[in-house]
Amino acid sequence: MTNPRAGNPILDVVEFSFGFGTKEILRDVSFTVAQGEYFSIVGPNGAGKTTLLKCLDRIYRGGSGEISVFGQPLESYRQRDLARRLSYVPQADGRVFPFTVGQFVLMGRYPHLNPFSSVGRDDMAAVGQVMERTGIAPFAERKLDTLSGGERQKVYIAAALAQGAEVLLLDEPTTFLDYRHQADVRDLLAELNRNAGVTIVAVTHDVNRAAIDSHRIVALSAGTVVFSGTPAEIMRPDVLERIYGTPFLMVDHPQGDVPIIAPQLPGEDTP
Amino acid sequence: MRAKAILTILAIMAVFVVCCAPLVGVEDVSLGALWGDAEPGQVNILWKLRMPRVAVGFLAGAGLAVAGLAFQAMFRNPLATPFTLGVSSGASLGAAAYIHLGLSFALLRMPGESWFAFAGALITIAVVYGLARSSRGMSNVTMLLAGVAVSFFFSSMILFLQYLSDLTRTFRMVRWVMGGLESVVGLDSVLTILPFVFAGCAVVLYFRHELNLITTGEELATARGVEVDRVKLVVFLVASIMVGAIVSVCGPIGFVGLMAPHICRLLIGPDHRVLAPATVLFGGAFLVLCDTLARTVIAPTELPVGILTALLGGPFFVWLLLTRTGQGEWE
Repeated sequence: MTNPRAGNPILDVVEFSFGFGTKEILRDVSFTVAQGEYFSIVGPNGAGKTTLLKCLDRIYRGGSGEISVFGQPLESYRQRDLARRLSYVPQADGRVFPFTVGQFVLMGRYPHLNPFSSVGRDDMAAVGQVMERTGIAPFAERKLDTLSGGERQKVYIAAALAQGAEVLLLDEPTTFLDYRHQADVRDLLAELNRNAGVTIVAVTHDVNRAAIDSHRIVALSAGTVVFSGTPAEIMRPDVLERIYGTPFLMVDHPQGDVPIIAPQLPGEDTP
Repeated sequence: MRAKAILTILAIMAVFVVCCAPLVGVEDVSLGALWGDAEPGQVNILWKLRMPRVAVGFLAGAGLAVAGLAFQAMFRNPLATPFTLGVSSGASLGAAAYIHLGLSFALLRMPGESWFAFAGALITIAVVYGLARSSRGMSNVTMLLAGVAVSFFFSSMILFLQYLSDLTRTFRMVRWVMGGLESVVGLDSVLTILPFVFAGCAVVLYFRHELNLITTGEELATARGVEVDRVKLVVFLVASIMVGAIVSVCGPIGFVGLMAPHICRLLIGPDHRVLAPATVLFGGAFLVLCDTLARTVIAPTELPVGILTALLGGPFFVWLLLTRTGQGEWE
């Protein structure tokens, strides 16, 4: 996938290391995300992908090295101002409090709200707009805990968009969804990226999808960057084997130029 | 819109309860006593006894309820109460120490018992805060465990003091722990807890958006721009000190702080923008109502109001546990 819109670097990570106590999770991680990019982070379980995403949004504080957001050091942001630039979409498997969809999306306006005044007309307008855009307007009055996983994921994306940030950080946006909801969420993200200029940084397990959706991909393994490049560059058996430590079988995609990973049959050797 | 209507109804009911309660009691008081157009005895009962008592009842109920609400949201735990972090045990221990030592003084028109209780509450808050701080951040588990541990420790100390004390003093300690409003005379108690309750309610209302987000998860709240640790620290300190002040004056009146937020959540939903004011109104009115019952139901003897709130609260608590699925999932 070509990257026609790639512009200024908006996320610049330089030799970033992070850990809990003495346990090191990320070591010397460096990469850059440009404005308008669809950027995926892949890698095996426990590689530190989710931790990295949370460090970018300062859900986890600390670490060494440098992270710049829109050209300014991450530490220099107040959390509220950071929320206007970056928004985070958690995995949709978490437990939720029974807010209505409308209430929950409105809560995404937090960085624009003032403690002394009530919610304004522009907040309501922004909420209405993102609910239309994400297709969740029909269930605005439903309780969050009555939604399916796919619907909930869209609500989480809508709430993140309501923050008014240009960058979405997504943690496994489609992992727990069935095929139709996966397609829904993927279409929504692609549409946001293409037409609304939203920069997307997504952690995912699905390398096939990452290769189809992304402009660029980095792979983490054991807390370090082991690959950084384009989808065509990652979709090679030797590269994937180096990342995941298991052999891969690649086949041509009937519609595209980049090969895809095929599941191996039991008992067959990798060619 | 529906929420606004419920809030209005709650406000009307609260005003009604607060206006009627002073007129109800063993002694009939005519409406004229309000502007002094009655026997001096009646005027005295109304202005010196019943009005302050209703005012303290409302403030205490509102404060305990709003503290319960804040702690339930903060810890994302439906069983959190204003006393979960040990404030009431600390206060009770302070009062028990005062009684055991046989002290008898008053300072700034407040009895020494209240001063000791408040000191006990403040020590507890400092200990729990210190424990929470020395581990990483304001971790919920650490704070809850620290609160529970401190609670048990202080409760044992109270039992120890009771064991050491003579019958009269032990009785006074037991009676203190039941909580009640019968010691309220004149405006002193009202003026004592008013600033604390005002500050507590103001902080919870101020942080209404933050509390909403924290109930959806601390990480998500952080991602939306909330300085979670700072909010939790301010809410913990202000709400705990408020609870300490209330308990020092009224003793540990139970269940208001647990029940009122849950009832309001069922009535008006989980949005703290309307839930917090609803809880203030409901908690205040509920305690005034319970206290009115407490001083009339077996008149001329009074029932400690703590017994009544717990009697009404106990069955509700069980019902809550059985029907909690309707409340959505808490972590």
